Amino acid sequence: MDKAAKSANKEAEQIIDWGKAHGIETCFDRAEKIKPCPIGASGACCKVCHMGPCRLVGKNAEEEARGVCGATLPTVAARNFLRMIAAGTAAHSDHARGMAFTLLAVATGQAKDFKITDVRKLYRVAGYLNIEFEGREVNAVAKDVAEKLIEDFGRQRGEINYLKRAPKKTQERWRKWGIIPRGIDREVCETMHRTHIGVDHDPDHLLTQGLRTALADGWAGSMISTDVTDILFGTPQPVKAEASFGIFKKDEVNLVVHGHEPLLAETIVDVVSEPEMTAYAKSKGAKGINLAGMCCTANEVLMRHGIPTAGGFTNQELGIMTGLIDALTVDVQCIMPAIADLSKKFHTKVITTSEKAKIQGAMHIEFDEHRAKEIAREIIKIAIDNFQNRKAYGEHITEKFPVIAGFSHEYIEYMQGGKWRASFRPLNDAIIAGRIRGVVGLAGCDNPRVPSTGLHRFLATELIKHDVLIVSTGCGAAACGTAGYLTPEMALENAGPGLREVCEAIGIPPILHLGACVDNSRILTIASAMAEEGGLSDEIGGMPAVGIAPEWMSEKAIAIGCYFAASGVPVIFGGESPVEASKEVTRILTEVWFERFKGALHFEPDPEKILEMALDYIDKAREALKLKKYEPGKFGAERVLMDMAARREIERAAKPHIGIY
Amino acid sequence: MSKLIASAAIRGAHTLVKQAEELLEKTTAEKGKDFTFEFPDTAFYLPMIYAMTAFPVKTLGDMKVALGMARELLHDEPEDHLWKPYLGEALDSGMATLFAEEILLALKYINGLEPAKDPETGFVYNGFITDTIQRNLGIQLVDGTMPGFAAIIGAAPNDDIAVNIVRELQEKNILTFLSGNVNGNSVTKQLLRNGVELGWDTRIVPLGPDTEHTLYALDWAIRASLIFGGKKPGDYKEHLKYQKDRVFAFAVVLGELDDIIWTTGAGAINMGFPAIADTDIPVIHPTGVCIYEEVDKELDHGKIVQRAIEQRGLKITIEKPPIPVAYGPAFEGERIRKEDMFIEFGGQRTPSLEWVRMKELNEIEDNKVIVVGDGWKEKYEKGGQMPLAIVIDAAGRKMQKDFESIIERKVHHNINEAQGLWHMGQRDLNWIRISSNAKKEGVTLEHIGVIMATMTHHRFKSIVDKVQVTIYTDEKDVLAIQEEARKAYKERDKRLGSLTDEAVDIFYSCLLCQSFAPSHVCVISPERLGLCGAYNWLDGKAAYEIDPTGGNQPIPKGALMDARYGRYTGIDEYLKKASGGAVETLNLYTIMENPMTSCGCFECIIAIIPEANGIMIVQRGHTGMTPAGMKFSTLAGSVGGGTQNPGFMGIGRNFIISKKFLHGDGGIKRIVWMTKNLKEGLKDEFSKRAAEEGVPDLLDKIADETVAEDSEKLLEFLTQAGHPALTMDPML
Repeated sequence: MDKAAKSANKEAEQIIDWGKAHGIETCFDRAEKIKPCPIGASGACCKVCHMGPCRLVGKNAEEEARGVCGATLPTVAARNFLRMIAAGTAAHSDHARGMAFTLLAVATGQAKDFKITDVRKLYRVAGYLNIEFEGREVNAVAKDVAEKLIEDFGRQRGEINYLKRAPKKTQERWRKWGIIPRGIDREVCETMHRTHIGVDHDPDHLLTQGLRTALADGWAGSMISTDVTDILFGTPQPVKAEASFGIFKKDEVNLVVHGHEPLLAETIVDVVSEPEMTAYAKSKGAKGINLAGMCCTANEVLMRHGIPTAGGFTNQELGIMTGLIDALTVDVQCIMPAIADLSKKFHTKVITTSEKAKIQGAMHIEFDEHRAKEIAREIIKIAIDNFQNRKAYGEHITEKFPVIAGFSHEYIEYMQGGKWRASFRPLNDAIIAGRIRGVVGLAGCDNPRVPSTGLHRFLATELIKHDVLIVSTGCGAAACGTAGYLTPEMALENAGPGLREVCEAIGIPPILHLGACVDNSRILTIASAMAEEGGLSDEIGGMPAVGIAPEWMSEKAIAIGCYFAASGVPVIFGGESPVEASKEVTRILTEVWFERFKGALHFEPDPEKILEMALDYIDKAREALKLKKYEPGKFGAERVLMDMAARREIERAAKPHIGIY
Repeated sequence: MSKLIASAAIRGAHTLVKQAEELLEKTTAEKGKDFTFEFPDTAFYLPMIYAMTAFPVKTLGDMKVALGMARELLHDEPEDHLWKPYLGEALDSGMATLFAEEILLALKYINGLEPAKDPETGFVYNGFITDTIQRNLGIQLVDGTMPGFAAIIGAAPNDDIAVNIVRELQEKNILTFLSGNVNGNSVTKQLLRNGVELGWDTRIVPLGPDTEHTLYALDWAIRASLIFGGKKPGDYKEHLKYQKDRVFAFAVVLGELDDIIWTTGAGAINMGFPAIADTDIPVIHPTGVCIYEEVDKELDHGKIVQRAIEQRGLKITIEKPPIPVAYGPAFEGERIRKEDMFIEFGGQRTPSLEWVRMKELNEIEDNKVIVVGDGWKEKYEKGGQMPLAIVIDAAGRKMQKDFESIIERKVHHNINEAQGLWHMGQRDLNWIRISSNAKKEGVTLEHIGVIMATMTHHRFKSIVDKVQVTIYTDEKDVLAIQEEARKAYKERDKRLGSLTDEAVDIFYSCLLCQSFAPSHVCVISPERLGLCGAYNWLDGKAAYEIDPTGGNQPIPKGALMDARYGRYTGIDEYLKKASGGAVETLNLYTIMENPMTSCGCFECIIAIIPEANGIMIVQRGHTGMTPAGMKFSTLAGSVGGGTQNPGFMGIGRNFIISKKFLHGDGGIKRIVWMTKNLKEGLKDEFSKRAAEEGVPDLLDKIADETVAEDSEKLLEFLTQAGHPALTMDPML
């Protein structure tokens, strides 16, 4: 990595340099200017009441520091951390709420511009929810499904619907430690209550509620969002697409969808190819309309339609600085308010579309699912009208990289055996035989405080070299995509010999793009299927699997990290720890959680160390499962030859995993 | 690289589906969409399509629907660069291929082109494999005498290699199917040129000259899960898992591979059957679809069979006596025609017998073979005919008098399994031949003794500690021994007659079939033999002594709960455990309430004929209609798979003449219809039983296929004949 590099992405770096030369400030410059507040960054600042803010610092702060009310450092650090979980959970789940209500609107005929695209997935979800579907009207099933899913948000007592999708043993651990969520809103609400001045002060007690809240994100909010999005817009299957700034077209209208919710983006995909739209674009001198994405909205439409992506979080300002974006729609989460001001220097129209989010200086066209197409057309027209205002000003980039994306957990199951033999057996077998050392979920944000996307790139290449299969989501996936890593050739050229053999057999890249950050739920489903398939761990905990978010910055990332930890996956975050100040809280996040759930949440800024820790977790899990010791290039299933007596002993009630394709 | 394989498989599937569509269109234009078709003697329509989709293809119109399903499974070929995943797609294409091939072959049947016939030699291939053959082979599939199945596709580089590969498979007891060709040459032709006997008896079955004919082998395999596994049509995951776990089939591809071979291979891989080739092909080693490598290569023909067997995860233990010819069950079916014969014994031509005697350990010398007779060597060298007595003395701490007949019954197999030796009959009514080829290889009379000693030890280890064989060749010696042996035979028969269910405390289970039918349990009592006909109570007893943890376990019969129906506390307790909870209770002597389950290899089926207040019996192999309105194959479909089906039951042939036969339902007087084959085969014993039941002419009152194939005619006949069932208590 170059010493001065702000981004590991050469094309991004080129735009940053151009900006510098033209006096345009970006998050990279601001990150340099504003250092993180060291007290707040380490979790030692308490501002939950107005007697403070209290700084719990000094010698022996862990034992001796007190706030005005007497709160200790572990209490304060835990409370601060808990509020991050609550915010992250709220973000994903509010997104999910929108999806679930849209499904209900579709089912009841109130959102005519949408339909049930994937009936099979609807039935599968109905199956999870014990909703009868055979011989019933699709919309009637969809209505029941939507209503049942909506219950998860406001449920006051009981347990979330999808609890049973987790392996039995994982559920037992949750039950034992009292972290099964009741309802999403209730957990978020209770977390906010407990962290109010003068309520819950025991760090372990606080953090246990934190896990309950996080599980409401992973196994309810996020999972609901993934499922409903699949039902409405189709379960992803592999698609070929492109990534990076070179996707913008000079002679076409460039309309970019940015943010997280797929409803508007999907509608735009739906109407953008209407002849009237193309004709209108042509009437304004453009050859056509080029729809592109950014951040997680990009991931949603990339996964389902192969819409190209300009990259992740830190690319949003840089995209505008190409001078090629005619309109940029934004909705919720990870939208830098800076883009509104920035866009004024170019011709780009920034359009806020969520009723929940406005930015001063941006145009606001509120999305309403009841008249989705009308709004989509209006936005496209704004982009087209703006095409003529495009100036030469900006740093045009031509570089782009091919991407194979679209790996839903359903397709991952399918790809291992086709319609008739879909299962996770080949993956489990490959892990058992040592062809694949383990699996890493490489996810989370990209971050201007490190050479942006650089940690993702380093870890991605190193891990696959060590025969670790990567599943990737969100801006982690975007980082790999804009690096050109999401190709099957990547396996042939850069993967270890065992992983390479598996990738060749199936025809996959060594890094699988699973979707947006809300689709981390797919990783939970995959891990559960691996446990169900047998031969590895019989719960999610104990799998040779690790989660890594090396460049995280959002509160959603914290919520995700915690639901993985609670589900049994050791998670390593990059950067400085937000609970650094408290040894006790750090101990709970690592040692205590590992003992209880076989998961943990570490913070480690050094990427080399992240790699080392991840491989160590994987190897230890292999050892505990009594799997063949991983040795690069040495693998192969242990051959057990069967005679007749052995055949009679074959388990009578062999239950194959039920596939959907 | 596997992308090449996937591409070829996907391309091949497109080709075959298109071919099938075209031929179907042509045939439909000629015959109409309602034209019906079924493969010869099967209850499973087009078995692959039926098992996977539950869709019964009965007409040309149905074929169109099924081809539509195949078309849905087609995909685009992966691109050269930046390809999308292809494994799932290639496997789907493989399944599309199997569907298309099944329809293509069906259409060829309709057009009179199947079974295929070689235009030059006139050789007729086997074509579709019938349900009957499948069921006939049932017991061999489970007792280890037929542990695996090979499909050889193509042709070996030369005839010798072809013969060697097939001989090696035979010696390993593998059933071998042949199909495909390389520029018109094929293993079938290579074997024919070298005089290798082909057919079911020698376990070398040429299916047809093209790769597509391999489908017949897969159709045979898939019926194992339908027939023995009790898997429901359409439950494809279960079927394919069963195939992968229990049907030990694999392909050996000789010669270059084309798209059709690859795509057929992809179909087979769906079933968990791997392939090995003798050419330098790309390989697929990661496991999970198959248990081990999906595709591998072995360029050394001397190693290819062993490699293939290991690739499938198959364990084969063979015992070969030290004799100069090949040995194994695959040679059992060889015939020796008069022209090929060097010498023969018995067969009403000379006095001849075989006899097993129990001896004390100190009376005999282990593995000693004595040939008695003046100048026997010279006489043997002359060939022609000779008297022969084979006396096998067996001793062992666990040896029992009862086992003599069990050991003796194996003499037939012992001799037949040697290549170039042939045996039929039993006791002093046997007939043995040695072929000129075997003689040329150096087989002498001593080798018969060596075979007996080796195989008796092998088959009855832990019962037999010492075996000594004496072979008499002088007529006077043979006659003297015959005298003695006849006394022993008579005594044995008497003992067998006294063996009743009441006289023993222990019954035996037979779980051999659980390798194929996991929830089926045979309960064998002295008066009810196993439904396959291969295991009676004494067999069970001996097998348990041989291997206390094996497939035959003692069942302490416990208290009799119902004498009429034959329900015992011990059986019920045992069943719950052994069937994995699938069967809770069993009545031994009735068909009406909790009757015995079936694996699928029953010799006969009993079915109730409510109108006649009786039952009918049809044996495996009878292809005609029965008064139950179903053929054997269809009836069998509703009986197998380890479930209890009141009113229907699979039985061993000899159970018909047991006193316990449907004792609770009224016994043999309930039989209103029975095939001619059964009537004639059981005539003497049956008449004896009928007399005991007070209806000496019962056999004449029982209808057969010559008088009735439907219930109306049947009733007519029964009324006329005054069949006792008509006036018995109602069955229902």
